[in-house]
Amino acid sequence: MIYLDNSATTKPYKEVLDTFVTVSEKYFANPSSLHSKGGEAEKLLGQARKSIAQLLEVAPSEVVFTSGGTEGNNIAIKGIAFQHQNRGKHLITSSVEHASSHESFQYLESQGFEITYLPVDQDGLISLEDLERSIRPDTILVSLIHVNNETGTIQPIQEIGEILKEHPKIFFHVDNVQGVGKVDLPLREWGIDLCTISAHKIHGLKGNGILFVKNGVSISSLFTGGEQELKKRAGTENVAGIVAMAKALRLILQESKEKKESLFEIKQFLIEELRSIDGIDINTSMKYSAPHIINFSVKGIKPEVLIHSLDKRDVYVSTRSACSSKQGGASRILLEMGLGENRASTAIRLSTSYGNTLKEAEKALKVLKEELLNIKKVMR
Amino acid sequence: MIYDHLVVRYGELSLKGKNRRHFESQLFETVKRKLRPFQGLNISKHFDRIVIELNGQSYEPIVKSLQDIFGIHSISLAVRSENDLEAIQKAALIALNEAIEGKKTFKVTGKRSLKSFPVNSMQLNQEVGGYLLRNTEGLTVDVHNPDVNVKVEVKDTGTYISSKSFEGAGGLPIGVGGKAMLMLSGGIDSPVAGYLTMKRGVRIEGVHFHSPPFTSERAKQKVVDLTQELTRYSGGKIKLHVVPFTKIQQTIKDKIPSSYSMTIMRRVMLRITERLAENNHAMAIANGENLGQVASQTMHSMYAINEVTNMPILRPVITMDKLEIMNLSHKIGTYEISIRPYEDCCTIFLPSAPKTKPKREKAIRYEKNIENLEELIEEAVNEVETLILEEGKSADETFDDLL
Repeated sequence: MIYLDNSATTKPYKEVLDTFVTVSEKYFANPSSLHSKGGEAEKLLGQARKSIAQLLEVAPSEVVFTSGGTEGNNIAIKGIAFQHQNRGKHLITSSVEHASSHESFQYLESQGFEITYLPVDQDGLISLEDLERSIRPDTILVSLIHVNNETGTIQPIQEIGEILKEHPKIFFHVDNVQGVGKVDLPLREWGIDLCTISAHKIHGLKGNGILFVKNGVSISSLFTGGEQELKKRAGTENVAGIVAMAKALRLILQESKEKKESLFEIKQFLIEELRSIDGIDINTSMKYSAPHIINFSVKGIKPEVLIHSLDKRDVYVSTRSACSSKQGGASRILLEMGLGENRASTAIRLSTSYGNTLKEAEKALKVLKEELLNIKKVMR
Repeated sequence: MIYDHLVVRYGELSLKGKNRRHFESQLFETVKRKLRPFQGLNISKHFDRIVIELNGQSYEPIVKSLQDIFGIHSISLAVRSENDLEAIQKAALIALNEAIEGKKTFKVTGKRSLKSFPVNSMQLNQEVGGYLLRNTEGLTVDVHNPDVNVKVEVKDTGTYISSKSFEGAGGLPIGVGGKAMLMLSGGIDSPVAGYLTMKRGVRIEGVHFHSPPFTSERAKQKVVDLTQELTRYSGGKIKLHVVPFTKIQQTIKDKIPSSYSMTIMRRVMLRITERLAENNHAMAIANGENLGQVASQTMHSMYAINEVTNMPILRPVITMDKLEIMNLSHKIGTYEISIRPYEDCCTIFLPSAPKTKPKREKAIRYEKNIENLEELIEEAVNEVETLILEEGKSADETFDDLL
């Protein structure tokens, strides 16, 4: 099996699964229960929070556990909007956000908020001048995706953070679901107030995530019914999943220290080879993109067809964001980048992680070339 | 990053004449122990400083660790150059550029400790300052109030140039001031008192009174976690003595009028702590008492309670406002633990109306109601459970594999 759909989800690390099983068996009690079993679970939860805080170089009180990326983005964006609407109802985001952010903003728009969707250039980047121009006295939030889930484009978060340091009343949320373990994002130094992270994109389990909320930043709670998670997210904690996530985060950060070069190598190889194939356009920016995502379009071939024929050969890729893949039609992101309807509706995404090797990439490419030929034969 | 050295300067201890060597070696040991988790550092002791060669490690986490250590006045990022004017000038320019971003004025503070170096301190200022002015744009010299101070120190081991400094924790190196027993309830004040006690170079051991089943395992864990947090500043391990207190509290409830139960309880706690101090060679007791208006915090209370011991009682937060204590608590990282909502033994049998002005004579009289008090104290002291907390290690390692 050659799995190149790591931006949709990753295979959990073996150690992560071991942790999950052990915790589920031994520490299944509700952390809020008063008895000693509850106490143990609570203590373990506290240790996991501390460990995650250390890895992210933040304080334990700034780590809120969620069910994943979608929830993190929802809580951050709506939570800030509703909590601070008395100060202003203007929010800034980009036109290339993940659906969970994009649709949160559309919802807020229907609730009387005013949203600026910053456009992007051919590389998928917003312009800093646009951002500065769109800031108003009633702006309360800037929310941007760090690494784009379809193209791998990296937004200039550091520079944006610098600009926003001049506007201390504007909160800065970063969706870092795709970036963790692949592209560095120092939360403190870059002036980030909220940051969304998901466990299953870093070889953890589905149903777990982290929302970093800087101390002193208040958000309205979307869930009510308990005092868990610093009152920001009520509900019995998924202790086993959370501890497993702490493990996953530790392991992927370790891998990223040791093996990031290998991801670049694979990407370099794939892009160069793909580029030489007739009818293929590379949509991923060479200069401003993450080491693990490659997006390209194949002229005249429906991506679904190509995916299924690769599937038969045990190679797994995707069209684009898994969250929007069932809608069909053109990619909103690629359209926003100005790549045109044709390219936007024929895009394929390869996404790697630390388990992938250059050998696999070579094999996948060979299979891809063969299948392209087959499809073209049929179509003729 | 061009900085390859950290220069750690001592605080008050440069003043303390004869003890100086002892102080310095204590501090050096603490620094070495604290930086053990960082690999590849070279740490060396010099006449009035400790020099850390970074060997490619990033400085931020190291500086942060060093800021926990008492006895350090400042930590400077430095680059080392050969003892050669031209090399010094070049290095100074790099150091200035690192620090100058967005700022406008600088000065050069030259210091020639190596007297054989041909350029003296005054000349150093001029030569280096002139070079910097010629090779930068829009900067001016301000000798009184510069945005950036470029320090140039010529030593026999090379010239150290620094432009960025971080404040140290101040105080005296841990271990030079004897030992005190810290009474830890689990509240906000006592860990801060512990921190401030250590700031004067005093080692601490924690004493906690535990009354199961009236106080929970979580209340005890809270104190363990607080002690663990304090190990950041202790230069190593801290012992925590957990005193079984249930029997004594029940006896007090039975035999003492409720308005005096709190006063008597505190007197007994103090006696037990004194006993533990003697057993563990400590010469003082520290606590988080703070002059105020509630129950145990009035001067009348203190007068009625303090009587039972001759040992010095250190009360570092005695005159602070609650807000000052909370700020410190945030700073040292104990606040979040302290506010966990578990009852400790001080609140569990709290009478509805404790005397805010207890009388010492009455306390003495009532206390006589407990005929076997000495026995009870003896028993509690004998059954103390002692835990040893160490920085960077959780006392309970059962979870380490999982994480």
